[in-house]
Amino acid sequence: MKCRRCRQPAVIDLRRHNAAFCSDCFLHHCREQVRRAISEFSMFGPEDRILVAVSGGKDSLALWHLLRELGYSADGLYIGLGIGGYSEESEIRTRAFADDHGLTLRVISLPEDHGYDVETAAQRTRRAPCGACGLSKRHLFNRAALDGGYDVVATGHNLDDEAAVLLGNVLHWEPGYLGRQYPVLPATEGFARKVKPLVRLGEREMAAYCVLLGIEYQVEECPMAEGNRHLGYKEVLNDLEARSPGSKAAFLASFFSRGHEFFRDAAGGEQEALHGCVECGSPTTGEVCAFCALRARVVGDTPVTIGRKD
Amino acid sequence: MKVLLRNPRRELEIEGPMVADVLLRRLDINPETVLIICDGTLVPRDTRLSDDAEVELRPVISGGAA
Repeated sequence: MKCRRCRQPAVIDLRRHNAAFCSDCFLHHCREQVRRAISEFSMFGPEDRILVAVSGGKDSLALWHLLRELGYSADGLYIGLGIGGYSEESEIRTRAFADDHGLTLRVISLPEDHGYDVETAAQRTRRAPCGACGLSKRHLFNRAALDGGYDVVATGHNLDDEAAVLLGNVLHWEPGYLGRQYPVLPATEGFARKVKPLVRLGEREMAAYCVLLGIEYQVEECPMAEGNRHLGYKEVLNDLEARSPGSKAAFLASFFSRGHEFFRDAAGGEQEALHGCVECGSPTTGEVCAFCALRARVVGDTPVTIGRKD
Repeated sequence: MKVLLRNPRRELEIEGPMVADVLLRRLDINPETVLIICDGTLVPRDTRLSDDAEVELRPVISGGAA
């Protein structure tokens, strides 16, 4: 195969674009897709301070690299989840990346700073580990962004992640979740702006970006994620994509351009009822926020219900 | 050729040469879900893999949705 742009030998083919690219042109393609996403959804400007949620995986490290390549001011925040050797290696990858590129990295440890790890939280709450993990990360990234004076939190959710979430939300017709599924969530009282600049790039592209640039990322799958619903949704979507290239991108882009507006009002229903958590001050509808409730119950030993049921 | 697979990590010995796309089909791997890395270099799916090649089929799917 030849590169679509320069006709040199290609290193990767992208059936969705009916194209192949050489290394230089593929990296240009990635930068261009991120630049277009930032512009299309008015995610942030050159003056904004960005906090990148980094996990040591391909998506977040590629995102951090891409934002710096495009000239943005971006620091990283890594949250240690206490998932044994997996977390240890993820932190090593993240610290090495930050050191190699002269970037500012903040680190929070769930076990050391908050007294629990994801597996224990899952056992005590009798829920899938991804629920406790996601809740903890969303709270801590938001808190760190507000406390650190950042304008926006950027996460490495890519096209495949978002298409899988969309499929799950559609299968359950969840108006609130559909209303909140958008590449940019504006800041509201107690919540930092959140953006997903990789929404135009698939996870195969992000892995290729890292390989071509020699970015050493955590290749192994999180042992807690095995068998989770979103992996199943991705499998279904990739089967569809193999038969009909471009299906995933069309599914997601059409939702953003033509479907999301019908659910937007459903997203803000709880906004008016929010007040400060008595423990940490974060917005909540109850006396304590979901994170503080989770932490209290996990560090203690009373079961608690979090998230939605499978 | 030597073929490295992950999750779980394992190695296969497969007779070459063979076009990468054919290798994926033979192993029943969806091309959307892997990168093909031949002797340390990323290659497209029409690449002819030699019998003495070391090929990594690196999965790209991450499970976390949070």
